[in-house]
Parts: sequence; C-alpha cells; structure tokens
Amino acid sequence: MNWEVIQSYLPLYEKAALLTLKIGWLGIAFSIVLGFVCAIIRHYKVPVLHRIVGIYIELFRNTPLLIQLFFLYFGLPKIGISIDAEVCGVLGLTLLGGAYMAESFRSGLESIEPIQTESAMSLGMSRLQTIWHVILPQAISSSVPAFVANIIFLLKETSVFSAISLMDLMFTAKDLIGLYSKTIECLAMLVVFYLLILLPVSIIGSIVEKKLRFAGFGE
Amino acid sequence: MPDLGLDVLFKGINMQRLLGGLWVSLRISLIAIAISIFLGLVVGWLMTRKNIVIKAVTRVYLEIVRIMPQMVLLFIVFFGTTRLFGWNIDAELSSVIVFSFWGVAEMSDLVRSALISIPKHQYESAYALGMSEGQTYLSVIIPQTFRRLIPLAINLITRMIKTTSLVMMIGVVEVLKVGQQIIEANRKASPNAAFGVYLTVFVLYFIVCWPISMFSKRLEKKWS
Repeated sequence: MNWEVIQSYLPLYEKAALLTLKIGWLGIAFSIVLGFVCAIIRHYKVPVLHRIVGIYIELFRNTPLLIQLFFLYFGLPKIGISIDAEVCGVLGLTLLGGAYMAESFRSGLESIEPIQTESAMSLGMSRLQTIWHVILPQAISSSVPAFVANIIFLLKETSVFSAISLMDLMFTAKDLIGLYSKTIECLAMLVVFYLLILLPVSIIGSIVEKKLRFAGFGE
Repeated sequence: MPDLGLDVLFKGINMQRLLGGLWVSLRISLIAIAISIFLGLVVGWLMTRKNIVIKAVTRVYLEIVRIMPQMVLLFIVFFGTTRLFGWNIDAELSSVIVFSFWGVAEMSDLVRSALISIPKHQYESAYALGMSEGQTYLSVIIPQTFRRLIPLAINLITRMIKTTSLVMMIGVVEVLKVGQQIIEANRKASPNAAFGVYLTVFVLYFIVCWPISMFSKRLEKKWS
C-alpha cells in the first residue's frame, strides 16, 4: 500500500464520489416520486393508466439497469433521441427505481385492512381526509423497510454508470488501474469510498425503520 | 418510419450468436444459483444458532454483501487477487465466485428470516406430541419454512440473472458484448443496428426473467 499514490488519487476519487452521489440521489428522489404516483395509480385502478403503469413496472423490474442504460444511451440516438450521459444516468435510475418503489409502496397500501377506511368514513372523514390521515401514514410506515432496501440497491446500481462513460467511482478506479496499474491502492480506495457512501445510509435506514414502525395495529 | 436496425439480426447467424451470449450469462447465474441455494440453506440454518462467534461472522459477511456493489466485488476478485496473490482467475470463474458469495448471503438471510418466523409454540407442540428433534424439523418446521422461503428464493433467482449482465465489465463475452460486436461489424451496412440489437437484448432479458417473477408472485399469493 503506497500512501503517496493514495494521496495523489484522492481528488479524483472525491470528484467521482460527488458525481455518484449527485446522480444517485437525484435518481432516488425522482424514483420515489414516480413510484409513489405509479403505486397510487395501480392501487386505485385509474382507468387505462393503470394498465400502462403495470406494463412499465414489469418491463423495468425484469431487466438489468446496464441493458436499460445501453438502450437509452446507445440505442435511442439512432432514432433521433440523443440524451446526455448524466441525464441518461438519472433517467435510467429513475425508471428502474420507480418500478421498484411502486411495488414496495403498493404492497404497503395493500397491507391496510378495509376496516381502516370504513372506520374513518364512519367517523365522518371525507375520502381525501381518509387517504391523507389514515391510509397514507400507515402505508408509508409499513413500506419503510422496503424503501430503505431499495435506496441501498439503487445506490449500489449506480456502479454500472461507468458503462456509459460517466466518470463515477467505478470508472475512475478502472481508468487509474489501466493507466498506472496501482491495482491494490485503487481497489482499496474504491471500497472505502463506497463504504463512506453506503454505510451511513444502511445505519440511518435501520434506525428510521425502528422509529417508524407504528402501523399494523393489533398484530 | 425510421430505420430501427432490426434487419441486422436476421443476417447470417447473428441471432444465434446473441442467444449463445445469453446462454453464457445464464450459465454463470445457474451455477451461482445452485451454489447459493445449497450453501445458503446451511449458512441460514447456522445463523439461527445461538453461538456468538457464528452470529458475529455472519453479520459482518451479510453487511459486506449488503453494502458493496457487485461490480466492486467483481473487480476485487478479477483484478485484485491477481495483483495480491498472483492468482490468475479467469473472468467466468471470477463471476461465479462473486455471484455465489453474494447469493449465499442473500439466500441465507432469507432462510434465517423464514426459520425465525416460525413461532416457538410449533416446536413446543411437536415436542409435546413426543416427536424427536429430527422429526420436528422434518415434518413440522421445514414444510412451513419452505412455503415462506420458495417465493422469495425464486425472486432472488431473477435478481441474480439480471445482475450477471455486469460480467461484461470484466470481459466475459456474454449477450451484451456479442451485441456490441455485431453492431461494430455492421457499422457500414446497418448504421442503426445499435437500436435494434440493444432493444433485442432488453427483450431477451425480459423473456427470461418475467415468467420466473410471475411464477414467484403466483406462489406467494397461493401460499400466503
């Protein structure tokens, strides 16, 4: 292990980590929104849209992100749709994440017994009030563990962005290994940087899971 | 209608080559899946033991797998071990090692949570009826565990198949790499091949994974 080498590589890795974080968090934020909308559409069976959303979810849950990115980045320009690599990364992550988030959130919605809606209605709440005060808080609470798992999964998936030549951590490591073959230092730094990004998420995630476990009354 | 570059698939043996590439990734995932299921059952059962050392070791193992991207593990096994120990592990074997390492962790976690979800009174009632420990496991615990386990394990299988697409990054010539080769070779004749070929690869993965996930969903509904 050569510390001078590590020091000289550090700025490159920092830049790459920032890119990974930027694309990762943007993609995750968008995928939560997309997943939320899709889950509501699926759950309340909005006509027409709910079929389209169903097809979208199945398509993107059953194909790897790497292939999706190749199609978006190298395939689409051939029919006249060119997307910048960073936008492509965010878009790919959002489409993949949206499908996963939608499924997690939908199973949260489905886990709520009809009696909850009936009770809220009989207390004189309107339909919107019921959804907002009774259904959503419980659905979110019971889908938190799946959400956390999805967020970690999506952050890990960002490692495939190097394939569409985004200069993320993986790309930087591969590039530096190719140029100077300081393999051990490069790989060690790669591991440390991914730990720095993912370990806090994993720890905070398990704390949040415990704090938000209030749904499932009477179990 | 723009040229979708689908014609290239019907030239020569391009389609067979793509399918051959798909088989390379499937073969890697099938071997890794077999290893994961077998070792995962053992490790998962070990994890329910009350031994502190086993608990600590498996916990660290699980966290490593949970946190490290599979691509990083692939790089470590493929590039790192050569540098560190002078081992020359070829790309396919590296992939099998990494995906088994990952799959065993995931599988054992599923086995563990399925086992601990069986209420204690099931064991106690079986003992009270005079069953031995072996009998209890064989006719009471394992059948119940399997119902919870199988849909989740099938889900894991599709995840492993999807993740094997990464092996292209360490130089295994699988479906995506074959696709690239076809596109390069037909650069002049069909300049839009990238669209058609990548779309086909996308559809191929979907055709492989979708029936498996549907099957797992149906089992889950039926058995819950």
